[in-house]
Amino acid sequence: MKKEDLPQEPGALSRLTRELCYVKNEEGKYETALSKGWDIKKEALDSAWIEVNDRVEEARKAVAAGEKSPIYYFMELSLMDVGVLSGYTGFFSFFIKRHLRPSVFKNLSDVKLEKYARAFDITVEELKIFKG
Amino acid sequence: MNTPISTEEFHHVHAAHCENGVTTALLRHHGLDFMTEPLAFGMGSGLFYIQIPFMTINNGPAISFRTMPGAIFKRTCKSLGVEVSRSKFRDPVKAEAFLNQKIKEGVPVGCQVGVFHLSYFPKEYRFHFNAHNLIVYGREENQYLISDPIMEDVTSLSAEELSRVRFAQGALAPKGHIYFPEKVGVITDDLIRKGIVRGIKRNIRDMISIPGNFAGVNGIRYTSNNIRKWRDKLGLKKASLYLGQIVRMQEEIGTGGGGFRFLYGAFLEEAAAYLQDDRLIGISEEFTKSGDMWRASAIQMAGVYKGRLTEQESFDDIADRLLEIRAVEKEAFTKLSKLNLGK
Repeated sequence: MKKEDLPQEPGALSRLTRELCYVKNEEGKYETALSKGWDIKKEALDSAWIEVNDRVEEARKAVAAGEKSPIYYFMELSLMDVGVLSGYTGFFSFFIKRHLRPSVFKNLSDVKLEKYARAFDITVEELKIFKG
Repeated sequence: MNTPISTEEFHHVHAAHCENGVTTALLRHHGLDFMTEPLAFGMGSGLFYIQIPFMTINNGPAISFRTMPGAIFKRTCKSLGVEVSRSKFRDPVKAEAFLNQKIKEGVPVGCQVGVFHLSYFPKEYRFHFNAHNLIVYGREENQYLISDPIMEDVTSLSAEELSRVRFAQGALAPKGHIYFPEKVGVITDDLIRKGIVRGIKRNIRDMISIPGNFAGVNGIRYTSNNIRKWRDKLGLKKASLYLGQIVRMQEEIGTGGGGFRFLYGAFLEEAAAYLQDDRLIGISEEFTKSGDMWRASAIQMAGVYKGRLTEQESFDDIADRLLEIRAVEKEAFTKLSKLNLGK
């Protein structure tokens, strides 16, 4: 890529920093240059977030319909899957999958709920009262 | 504890990729002033391609354009005879105590962190990605002084914030991973030249001789074959998301595929000077070409995830482009292997 072709199209990252890129100068040698961003990858990131938001909305509906427990919603909201949540709570995946069922969730102790709440950065109360 | 402690004259390095940047900055701090990002990347054989079959990350294909996390630092140091110390911890309290000790001794250290809780990152970038690297080079009261190589300038994190990202969970969980050069010997030009040759040879092996069909240049063909089937198999919506994920893996900060090809081109240019071998300049051009082709294919993929291109022929076109890239990279590495460097 030639230096003059380096895109300068600000994306989310440009709020924090410009990116360092390796480009060809007029003499055909490599040098570094700073870029504010590139629309192509901004759009890739945007499409990933549209997908995330869709999943969160699906999860909210599933909780509202009584198909899933609030843990499912907050897991999606935190971009987690069962594996990541297992890491943050210390529960085995097998148990987490059970806790996603509303019937199991309603009998969970506050000690267990506390672990989930901490993983999601919310209070136990917020987790309990979430109805979708 | 309130007196500011910082390691003597640490110089922040802004880099295209976090691990290269950490490697470059730490080695420079230890007196290896010649170190540059392309050199660290090349000596560490950083260029790679892999699509791990049947695995998805963030609901998309598991693709990487770089070698394993940690490998660049490890290999570059080893090539130069630099002894490295590294530790992981179970207990965040012990991890913090160890860090404080090093800061007190005036040693800047590399830390592996997760970006999900990394407070200075823009929210849009905070996925559960655990192979980010930064340097802690001092402390002022409760704030650790942070040099994050992807940033133009230095920043800081509170003790709580730092502990949280050092103990991020999920795939590649850092477990407080901390690393730094322990002992640096005499670095001769000869040692540097040997390191360069070794880095190139290992990269040739990784890209063209690696067994299996999903890694190295053949991995690019594997992805190409996948892309042809995605539209029928997954439906247009999911297939577009998958292409978006490739572009993010390819062009986003810290993973850059197109960018990495340019970085390798820059490395070969430097290598040509060290080895006094102009043949490397010609091959450097081929990596530049490959980088440009990756970027052109990203524009094509963007057409799909923006909803402008919807037909199977667009997927075929992208798949064909990847095959062309494979051919260019295979050719370039084959030429490199025929140079008989170091003989």
